[in-house]
Amino acid sequence: MERAVTGGARIGDRPRPKKNYLNETKGFWSWASTVDHKRIGIMYLVATLTAFLLGGIFALLVRLTLLTPQHTLFGLQVTAETYNRFFTLHGAIMVFLFIIPSIPGSLTNFVLPLMIGAKDVAFPRLNLASFYLWIVGAVMAVASMVIGAVDTGWTFYTPYSTTTSGTVTLMTAAVFVLGFSSIFTGLNFIATVHKLRAPGMGWFDMPLFVWGMYSTAVIQVLATPVLGITLVLLMLERVFQIGIFDSRIGGDPVLFQHFFWFYSHPAVYIMILPGLAIISELIPTFSRKTMFGYRAIAYSSVSLALLSFIVWGHHMFVAGQSQLATVIFSALTFLVAIPSGVKVFNWLSTMYMGNISLETPMLYAISFLMLFAIGGLTGIFLGTLSTDVHLTDTYFVVAHFHYVMMGSTVTAFIGGLHYWWPKMTGRMPSEKWGRVAAILWFIGFNATFLPQFILGSRGMPRRYYNYLDQFQPLHAFSTVGSWIIGLSLFISLGYLLASLRKPADAPDNPWGGTTMEWQTSSPPITHNFEDTPVLEHEPYDYRPKAVTH
Amino acid sequence: MSTTTTDVHSHGEHGDHEHNPYHQHHFATMEQQFDTSKLGMWLFLATEILLFGGLFVGFGLMQHRYPREFIEAHEHLKQLVAGQLFPLYGALNTMVLLVSSWTMVMGVNAAQTDQKKKLVRYLVITILLACVFLVVKYVEYSHKFNDHLLPGMFYGHQSEDLIKGTHGYATFFAFYFMMTGLHGIHVLVGIGLLSWLVMRARRGDFTSSYYTPVDLVGLYWHIVDVIWIYLFPLYYLIS
Repeated sequence: MERAVTGGARIGDRPRPKKNYLNETKGFWSWASTVDHKRIGIMYLVATLTAFLLGGIFALLVRLTLLTPQHTLFGLQVTAETYNRFFTLHGAIMVFLFIIPSIPGSLTNFVLPLMIGAKDVAFPRLNLASFYLWIVGAVMAVASMVIGAVDTGWTFYTPYSTTTSGTVTLMTAAVFVLGFSSIFTGLNFIATVHKLRAPGMGWFDMPLFVWGMYSTAVIQVLATPVLGITLVLLMLERVFQIGIFDSRIGGDPVLFQHFFWFYSHPAVYIMILPGLAIISELIPTFSRKTMFGYRAIAYSSVSLALLSFIVWGHHMFVAGQSQLATVIFSALTFLVAIPSGVKVFNWLSTMYMGNISLETPMLYAISFLMLFAIGGLTGIFLGTLSTDVHLTDTYFVVAHFHYVMMGSTVTAFIGGLHYWWPKMTGRMPSEKWGRVAAILWFIGFNATFLPQFILGSRGMPRRYYNYLDQFQPLHAFSTVGSWIIGLSLFISLGYLLASLRKPADAPDNPWGGTTMEWQTSSPPITHNFEDTPVLEHEPYDYRPKAVTH
Repeated sequence: MSTTTTDVHSHGEHGDHEHNPYHQHHFATMEQQFDTSKLGMWLFLATEILLFGGLFVGFGLMQHRYPREFIEAHEHLKQLVAGQLFPLYGALNTMVLLVSSWTMVMGVNAAQTDQKKKLVRYLVITILLACVFLVVKYVEYSHKFNDHLLPGMFYGHQSEDLIKGTHGYATFFAFYFMMTGLHGIHVLVGIGLLSWLVMRARRGDFTSSYYTPVDLVGLYWHIVDVIWIYLFPLYYLIS
């Protein structure tokens, strides 16, 4: 909060405009039919956070089942089938309904046009269509679990997914619809970034968040159609037995894995790149220092997007690929470490000698740096052929991707939510409780997932509903950690909602940010800016201003 | 897709002296709006190509797995013409689509040059050609249904070759129906879009300063044509 008083680069606050995007029009229909990117962003935020809550409940149930080797839940026996459904729903909801759409749909929808000085995204109605497709997909996904059971895991691997009796067809149809939602979002952002930048804003004047989200959008547009057609093939295989994935009728189950990972490995980068993009905003703002290596970070986002397309084979080292293919995929996988390292070192160099203030968003950013480092480095173990054979399908893999998906992306998402909350709502959330929740998040996350690295390296397989007694202490530790995560999120929900009850108090630029979204009022007016904004300085310019300025 | 570019915002706050009724408020100029719409359409077409691309790859891999069965099945897509096997329906449809692409180009040109009557005429001809394509497709599909050359579990052909139960044949016809069927759906959507254009063109919506929907539907129609240009040799010519 000191920042609000001392912020040197802050633009003088104008009187708050009476009309803003929140109160310009009223009523349910004014929201349901809106084409305003800011309102769609808010709707996406509510929707994806609801999915996060649902997926989180299943995660807690999974952990609670694993508290003891007796696979009981509240004293009741959990069958293997029930457990399969728990982790499938946790995975499928988190991946397809939360992580993939959350940052693009909510935060990016809200701030990307503001950051480049645009009045809206390129295709506002397509943006709304994308949101409604998400709703349709979500309803189908929830229906598939209510009327039947999905027990394949979120990857829908054949041959199990072509033989199990569950409602897999409906679930894959849901994911197909969600894929189009994702494509429309990505397509919109690419066109917006290309064509709607403020006068004078070149590619290298864009905030790094925009670079990151542009790279994400490229993957969304280029990879998702392949997932779509793969799921159609899977559905037809189940319904008409066309003989492509099921070996009993002449198909090839490994072909499904190739098709699936050709999308889903890029999809992992659809999940992580937005996280990296948010951190690139938080670090310079809260270090009050010009970004170190701006171009290197911009290029590393793009190269991560490109690399994501050529490493899918590392998911199938033990699935019967040729020896040559595994060696090539392993080598390509190591390349991913280069742009990832470029980012981390540039962020650290930005913080070095900076004027760091530890407000809530920055606490999440620093947590991110540590968790992303662990998640990234353990990826190298899995990219190495000899260790991967030992670690495949163990808790080591589970811990690794949770460090990246949750420890990195979700941490960045929560950090970004706190960072832009004043802009979105016009209210400052409680700083004290924010810091408490951030610290609990970091402790709870590590308590949950660090033990899983040890479990995995000792041979605990993933997706099992019971285990040998010797693993119990670590499993119990992990389960207690999951409760701390739950507590942290519950606290965050509480004070964020509480902040909405008080009158608007947020200044236009509470953190001293230098990007364009801070030049408009909090919350912004419906058309974003009073006048078309003009670029005055490069992003992250914290050098002392010239007197004439 | 293209409907997103036709939002009617007649109340732009720029106060341009010659304000176009189709100018959306978040674009500074009509050129910017046109370029953006076109970029969006190209991106959408890229996803279309990737969607079909997955099927092409799947087909290629299955052909590699069952080369003999696939080639035998290919022969059933041809008809006896003057004592020789010839891909009659495929060739006919290729011609029809190529001509329709030309009429589409002429239509876009008419829109650019403010020739309303010519625009409507070419759009209607394009629709008629698309209908011819679908009629030919219908005849061809009927033959396959008659011979029980059907996808997956419905496959029931009983002649001396292509016996039911042998892996490969049912998969070939599954891909045949999936790919030509998905393409056919795109033709149907194209007919819908073209009819919508005819309606708007008759109303006089399109001028040389605003013809974005005609241009974008034109791009879509060409990609439908191009996909067929790849489907034709894949299914009818390879032997």
